[in-house]
Amino acid sequence: MTVTEEAPLSPAGNPMGFGRMIRKEDARFLRGQGNYVDDVNLPGMLHGAILRSPYAHARIVSIDTSAAEAHPKVKAVITGKILETLKLAWMPTLSYDVQSVLCTDKVRFQGQEVAFVVAEDRYSARDALELIEVEYEPLPTVFDARHALDADAPIIRDDLDGRTDNKIYDWEAGDKAKCDEVFANAEVVVKQSMIYPRVHPAPLETCGSVASMDKVTGQLTVWTTTQAPHAHRTLYALVAGLPEHKIRIISPDIGGGFGNKVGIYPGYVCAVVGSILTGKPVKWMEDRSENLMSTSFARDYHMTGEIAATKDGKMLGLRVDVLADHGAFNGVAQPTKYPAGFFHLFTGSYDYPVAHCNVRAVYTNKAPGGVAYACSFRITEAAFLVERMVDCLAFELKMDPAELRMKNLLRPEQFPYTTPTGWEYDSGDYPRALKEAMRIAGYDELRREQAEKRAAGETMGIGISFFTEGVGAGPRKHMDILGLGMADGCELRIHPTGKAQLRISVQSQGQGHETTFAQIVSHELGIPPEDIEVIHGDTDNTPFGLGTYGSRSTPVSGAAAAVVARRIKDKAKIIAAAALECSVDDLEWEHGRWFVKGDHDKGQTIQESAFAAHGTLELPEGVEGHLDASVVYDPPNLTYPFGAYIAVVDVDMGTGHVKVRRFIAVDDCGPRINPMIVEGQVHGGLADGVGMALMEVMAFDENGNHLGGSFMDYLLPTSMECPSWELGETVTPSPHHPIGAKGVGESATVGSPAAIVNAVLDALQIRHAEMPLTPAVVWRAIQGNPLDRPDLAIE
Amino acid sequence: MDVTMNVNGDEVTRDVEPRLLLVHFLRDELRLTGTHWGCDTSNCGACTVWIDQQPVKSCTTLAVMAGGHDVRTVEDLDPGTGLDPVQEGFMLEHGLQCGFCTPGMMMTARWLLDKNPDPDEATIRECISGNICRCTGYENIVRAVRWAANHEADATANQPEGASA
Ligand code: FES
Ligand code: FES
Repeated sequence: MTVTEEAPLSPAGNPMGFGRMIRKEDARFLRGQGNYVDDVNLPGMLHGAILRSPYAHARIVSIDTSAAEAHPKVKAVITGKILETLKLAWMPTLSYDVQSVLCTDKVRFQGQEVAFVVAEDRYSARDALELIEVEYEPLPTVFDARHALDADAPIIRDDLDGRTDNKIYDWEAGDKAKCDEVFANAEVVVKQSMIYPRVHPAPLETCGSVASMDKVTGQLTVWTTTQAPHAHRTLYALVAGLPEHKIRIISPDIGGGFGNKVGIYPGYVCAVVGSILTGKPVKWMEDRSENLMSTSFARDYHMTGEIAATKDGKMLGLRVDVLADHGAFNGVAQPTKYPAGFFHLFTGSYDYPVAHCNVRAVYTNKAPGGVAYACSFRITEAAFLVERMVDCLAFELKMDPAELRMKNLLRPEQFPYTTPTGWEYDSGDYPRALKEAMRIAGYDELRREQAEKRAAGETMGIGISFFTEGVGAGPRKHMDILGLGMADGCELRIHPTGKAQLRISVQSQGQGHETTFAQIVSHELGIPPEDIEVIHGDTDNTPFGLGTYGSRSTPVSGAAAAVVARRIKDKAKIIAAAALECSVDDLEWEHGRWFVKGDHDKGQTIQESAFAAHGTLELPEGVEGHLDASVVYDPPNLTYPFGAYIAVVDVDMGTGHVKVRRFIAVDDCGPRINPMIVEGQVHGGLADGVGMALMEVMAFDENGNHLGGSFMDYLLPTSMECPSWELGETVTPSPHHPIGAKGVGESATVGSPAAIVNAVLDALQIRHAEMPLTPAVVWRAIQGNPLDRPDLAIE
Repeated sequence: MDVTMNVNGDEVTRDVEPRLLLVHFLRDELRLTGTHWGCDTSNCGACTVWIDQQPVKSCTTLAVMAGGHDVRTVEDLDPGTGLDPVQEGFMLEHGLQCGFCTPGMMMTARWLLDKNPDPDEATIRECISGNICRCTGYENIVRAVRWAANHEADATANQPEGASA
């Protein structure tokens, strides 16, 4: 069966393979029966709360916890001093830096963890925080990355030996000399700097965990909001010196992740220590302001791009310089070899003969993080940059941005295509996707309408973006996180009655793995999806793997599921041949059944093979009984989904208010396992784009005070800001993935912000303005007095 | 202090601190964990429950304020005979992903349909604008509510003459 054929229906009416299928996981969520971390309630459980720094940069002179300890309901007060005795005051980050768990020397960002209280209930724990006296000696702050390397900038990381400045790294990709030569001779060079401001993934469920240490058995069980349970288990073992076979990480139902739940936060470690010290389970759940102020932010990239082109719009080269604000600790979560993530993909979807980029990362007095919010390891920043640059070029050349893109997009015959930075795009037909988006949008008609409106004094804008993503990290030989290779295990057991359990290493935060992974197995084996239980999110019951982020579930773990099912199919063939007393070469497969070539009635269903495998049937020499298999899938390359997006906006010139009237998204993620779920993923990412383009920003004042510490200040898109999305698709399978699928979870978040920003600027007929395009920012731009830094409360 | 309220048809009395929030009362005292919290500033709506048929945000309501009143949570939405049309709509139209906003969203949607059985898209969007969803981009939630409206209209139309709704 090929993927484009309609799958036959199962007895329960589900597709035996790919197609729209109602999600299995919904039954519990709809009834309020989900099991999120904060729903875990253990006998004798205590509650933890964190005291956080009010300063962005201050030396700790003293901490007095005596009053808190005297609180009748307090069971323990933990400070950095206590953690020092356990060698846990500092922990490694995912980027080979260290981060303070509870501060011992000085606080380096507002909201940093200073002390941890364990008490009988949530309220008492927070009461006791008020009883802790901390004397601080405030220090000068640096919160603007542009000043992090000034000679008089305070040194943030004086804990690191020999630090004399705030630089983390300089990194480059591409051929600088060749690129400079092209620029020196180009007819047209367009240069533009832009900020992708600091934003936050803000999943609706905040982060937290329940840690339970059984002192008798030495078993540590942690229910925690993690997108990567196996990686967390190994890290707990490495950091705390706990034996890995005695650690069980359970990632139950997770209320959204978006990269916010990849790393280990100090609160998780404190809950474990709290449980060790008190002998009781300890729950720690952060509140929303803690989530926004201290957990993994996203972006904060200050980018300057330059395009070299001919006068008629043929792009010749792209040069980029980036200043990356990593906050007080380098805590980005990305493969080791790639300090700037996959920013290499900054040439996007275009045929640039040469390109070069330099990224300089610095410490500032802001929270650590940086790779999150569905960014596909910085491809969001890269895609935004190149799509803004293309529009800047179109602006200068007075060309239609669609025409300019069409002229420069990679052509189908160029695939597999190697970028100027050495990455190989697997497959694509870009012009087809852009044409499809323009067809759905009625592009020419929109331009006509725009001209009429302009003539009548009204303002509308049309914005395009085209993105290419690289997802499914990644090939083991290139990609690891803290030394752990990015391959994923998968186990499939077919029980005697033909029902199956699939154990996967990745974990769902809403993506619907319990459904799609069952569909993958059903597609391969013809077992009804309702007969396949997908087990995930529990390290004791699933094989090792690095988790769900960077849109890697389908490209890596989905491939593993297909491959493990194929192993089962091969074994079922041997069993069927033994049962049917024929040679394996005489058998042919149809969906769910091996049969004898030329004698269709003579065969064995996969369910019959399963029973026979567990029965007494004599099997050939060397073939074991039962019908189980396990694999570890090492992806040969990333997969490269792409898409063409068009936004139509109306701008109120009196107030600066932007209304997204229409949004057209054509995505190509290869074959769609469950189109309903794919569309849902795209919808969610498009809303993220509206948020980032128009509303979301983590702003700071001149003292490093965080100005976005609640949903009253950090604005998320609601149903009112989002239009009704118009989706389309093209299908270009990945040639190296077993079912051709490419991953889609982050596509829309990567691709959509530029389309909306481009549309607003098209409406205003100006070349550039900084995100988020709030009414104030737009209004200032209209007045010809643009705001330089919407992310700072200064000018 | 003692507080007595009716929760999902059952009368409950508990000795609580006056400052206890309703959301924590429901979740921690009564173990009704279908009601979530996502912000504690009345912005996200994950904590939406009904008090006397009106949706409220239980993260900014004290438990004692619900004393003497009827509280309804997502656990009571399923009428016991299968899913409420709102639940069915969310399932069929893929109106949920991580499921965290879903209970609050459905309580708001149920209230809307009780008031206005045939809301148009703009009405639905406005009504759920106090409930944030980070996953779905709202499109399928709007469709889910429309599905429920259509389905309830059908169910009413099919009822024999004289039957009460
Ligand atoms: S938790 Fe009540 S509105 Fe967000
Ligand atoms: S489904 Fe995740 S927040 Fe709405």
